[in-house]
Amino acid sequence: MTTTTLSQPGSRPSATADADGTNASHAARIDHVSKSFGRPGAQQHVLDDISIDVAPGEFVCLLGASGCGKSTLLNLVAGLDSPSAGSIETPGGRPALMFQEHALFPWLTAGRNIELALRLRGVPRAERRAEAERLLELVRLKGAYGKRVHELSGGMRQRVAMARALAQDSRLLLMDEPFAALDAITRDVLHDELTRIWQESNDGTAGSGGLSVLFVTHNVREAVRLAERVVLLSSRPGRIAREWTVDIPQPRRIEDAAVADLSVEITEQLRGEIRRHGQH
Amino acid sequence: MASTETGTAAGAAAADEPVAAASPATAEPGGPGGPADLAGLEAGLDALDTTVTDRQPWLRRLGAKAVPPVVAVALVLGLWQLAYHFELKDHYLLPSPVDVARSLQDKWLEGTLLDYVWTSVSRGALGFLASVVIGTPLGLIVARVKPVRAAIGPILSGLQSLPSVAWVPAAIIWFGLSDATIYAVVLLGAVPSIANGLVAGVDQISPLYLRAGRTIGARGLTGVRHVLLPAALPGYLAGLKQGWAFSWRSLMAAELIVNAADLGTGLGQLLEQGRELQDMSWVLSAILLILVVGIGIELLIFAPIERRVLRSRGLLVKS
Repeated sequence: MTTTTLSQPGSRPSATADADGTNASHAARIDHVSKSFGRPGAQQHVLDDISIDVAPGEFVCLLGASGCGKSTLLNLVAGLDSPSAGSIETPGGRPALMFQEHALFPWLTAGRNIELALRLRGVPRAERRAEAERLLELVRLKGAYGKRVHELSGGMRQRVAMARALAQDSRLLLMDEPFAALDAITRDVLHDELTRIWQESNDGTAGSGGLSVLFVTHNVREAVRLAERVVLLSSRPGRIAREWTVDIPQPRRIEDAAVADLSVEITEQLRGEIRRHGQH
Repeated sequence: MASTETGTAAGAAAADEPVAAASPATAEPGGPGGPADLAGLEAGLDALDTTVTDRQPWLRRLGAKAVPPVVAVALVLGLWQLAYHFELKDHYLLPSPVDVARSLQDKWLEGTLLDYVWTSVSRGALGFLASVVIGTPLGLIVARVKPVRAAIGPILSGLQSLPSVAWVPAAIIWFGLSDATIYAVVLLGAVPSIANGLVAGVDQISPLYLRAGRTIGARGLTGVRHVLLPAALPGYLAGLKQGWAFSWRSLMAAELIVNAADLGTGLGQLLEQGRELQDMSWVLSAILLILVVGIGIELLIFAPIERRVLRSRGLLVKS
């Protein structure tokens, strides 16, 4: 069990009995987590008493306006920072993380970027090339192995970044507004891809035991399009305002009436949250 | 996001349409929204977004690059010849380009010219390599260890503005008229600029790369090897290039002053001999050689490496 608490900030032992997470009841447990920045006396509370459980194979969207601390929360789950109070457990080991920027290394080709992640995970040299090709094929970029990052379009870069994140073979994929910088058509396509990859990882044929996604966005439609559960955070400090279970069957489309309906409802609530900040 | 706003009205209008009716149709493989359709759409997007880089034939590129400097050199030679022709100074003070060329030719025919060049180039290369070996770890430590940076960072960048010829008297007192003096001056000139180049290269790394590196497990020395060093390479190369320029400059300063019969004759010593003989053609031809060697090594060695690194990262702006 990988646990981050106040007593062991930042440290993430990974090799324990149930580290594979198969018999864990959750992919991530965020338990009464608070986070403040700044020195005592002049502290800024960014997150206040957040508790979220992500079930194995579940797709959860964190939704909120600016200042709700969504990225901070993701950093905590990724182990890049430690909470001021509360604990975070990720039984499947270190989660994979994808950013708004592709963050691919420009000195490596697309394929080598993926191979570096494989190498750092401990995959033997002989298997890396084939595995990188397989992951590129998974994101439908079969011929891109030798391409440099700058030779790829924005959407292709994010797909390589997705492949690199998947190369970590983590049970939990954290995504920090990964499609926010893309044009609408490309974003739409990547929504379909992400849904497909997530479903394929969880239909039992992939054999890797399922993939949970914790996806941060400020785009209500995107959240409803993708998630099984949408968690709305209030801002300053970030608190859980409300949760919705999205039981519209996949594959959904962003223009589906049901997606639009729920989006209207969530947007109303989100606007209410934002309005509260203008009242004093 | 615009799509949220515009989509709301359409969604509200179609609100009473049953959800189930819309979804099964899109789930059909090959149909609109199905897997085959998605793959096709994606392939189309990729094809549209892929930029075609057309590189011109190398002969034309070479021509476009070589013609302007050749014209500039010809212009300078022309002005020089005019100044000689109208005797702006006496001929023994201002020889013609032809005189200088003849002086060079004489040395060439004596068979000693390449020896002079080689003596200097080998000293410069050896001093430069030693500077790289010392300057690289030094720069890495200064860049990554905060107390060290606070302690010697400012000194290191200050040393860059100290002309290395200032070290020559000190080095002569320490090591006498020897090779050690020459190398000491070269090292003192080149090490700070190589170290500073690496520090600047590390400072310019986007924090995003370090963060991405940490999430895929590149921490500690693994992180230095797989993320930090490759990410700092462009700045480091710029530092190396400057380091070579400083090595060469320092070497010439040292050779001019450290002049002893048992030391090999380098270009600096050649220059000094010309001055002793008051032979202006000799002096000018030595200056010319020093310039040509310095520029030549930068053009033949550093420029191609730098261009290759920048191009592979998409950092080379096409004109």
